[in-house]
Amino acid sequence: MSLKNTWWKILAVLLLAYAVVRGLTIGIPELPIIYESIRNLFYHVGMWFAMMVLFTVSFVYSLRHLRGFRRADDIVASEAAAVALMFGLLGLVTGMIWANYTWGKPWVSDPQLNGAAVSVLAYLAYFVLRGSLDEMHKRGRISAVYNIFAFVMLIVFIGILPRLAASSLHPSSTNDPGMTVAQMDDRLRSVFYPAALGWILLGVWILSIRVRLRRVKDLLEENIEK
Amino acid sequence: MYREIINLIRKDVLLELRQRYALNGILLYVLSTVFVAYLSFGRIVEPATWNALFWIIMLFAAVNAVSKSFVQESAGRQLYYFNLAAPLSIIISKTIYNVMLMVMLSMLNLLIFSLLMDQFIQNWAVFTLTLILGGVGLASLLTMIAAIASRTNNNFSLMAVLSFPIVLPLLLTLMKASQQALGATTLADSAGLLLVILLLSLLPAILSVLLFPYLWQD
Repeated sequence: MSLKNTWWKILAVLLLAYAVVRGLTIGIPELPIIYESIRNLFYHVGMWFAMMVLFTVSFVYSLRHLRGFRRADDIVASEAAAVALMFGLLGLVTGMIWANYTWGKPWVSDPQLNGAAVSVLAYLAYFVLRGSLDEMHKRGRISAVYNIFAFVMLIVFIGILPRLAASSLHPSSTNDPGMTVAQMDDRLRSVFYPAALGWILLGVWILSIRVRLRRVKDLLEENIEK
Repeated sequence: MYREIINLIRKDVLLELRQRYALNGILLYVLSTVFVAYLSFGRIVEPATWNALFWIIMLFAAVNAVSKSFVQESAGRQLYYFNLAAPLSIIISKTIYNVMLMVMLSMLNLLIFSLLMDQFIQNWAVFTLTLILGGVGLASLLTMIAAIASRTNNNFSLMAVLSFPIVLPLLLTLMKASQQALGATTLADSAGLLLVILLLSLLPAILSVLLFPYLWQD
């Protein structure tokens, strides 16, 4: 436990503590419709950021797995997808609570919401696929192929389709009481960026613990077989 | 390579013509689902409902038709092909064959639909283009998913689970384009949307060419 390897974990805790305390106490700009619920920005959007980072990690490690078929890469790919899925579900729940207050109901048909739901579905399917393959090497290879295929299609979905839709309730479409990150108030920004970084670091931390746990389990199984 | 692909497609077509399995199956599938929809809906007045129903039936029929691409032949024969042909020619030939199947399927679906239900299409050029491009897109995407699902033990249920989330972007764009064709639109107006469909169709084709070799080795 040297400080060299733990500083970022401490940073994650500090950033999230800052986000919780500061996020709830900071003075916020007056916004119509949203009002105080804008504080959810620090948690909801931060979780989506963490999810996207972790899905990207999963994607990259799936690519690496196909290059060398190493078990270690497969472990990282699947665990990253699992942690990302957890953040995705949390992001959905926080988003639904937020939507309930601002748009009147927890689920509205909105391209961004649908995109999020579809990515969660696709990664649930990824785990169903993993579950139905018994043999380890085959599981790694085939689920890596699906992961890459799904990730690229989902990026297209999230990236292109909201722009095709006539209007989105989310910010970044013009006629909206919210705002884009670029228009964000300085006060909001001073909490939002640290919070997003904190969520991402927390995700990577959980990922590293889960990867180590899986390696230990693997080793134990090998020893039992001997 | 080129000859190999042609021969593989010819093999698939020949198998189909001998067994009449896929085509008759699809014909019956589409006929009975449209009939079920017809009986339960009665008359459809809204073009939007017509459009949604058309594409949902199209999606289910397509998943059904493509899902057996890689499982209708025995494992032994798959191994034979593995030794005989390059993986690239296998996936390309299967995709082309499924494109033909999809285009036929969509024409069939349209025929039965307009026979039983009212018909709202105003711009035939846009609608036909949407159908053909959609056939290409559905075929290339579902062929790859069928290849993935065929490696597992429960092919049929996984096929739906794996394909629905991924096929959704394409399907929604297709619905949008055909919805435009049901109203007043011109080819120039819908050109942008058709271009997006073309891109969404080519992307899975490119991905499957890159990724299929990893599935095929066993």
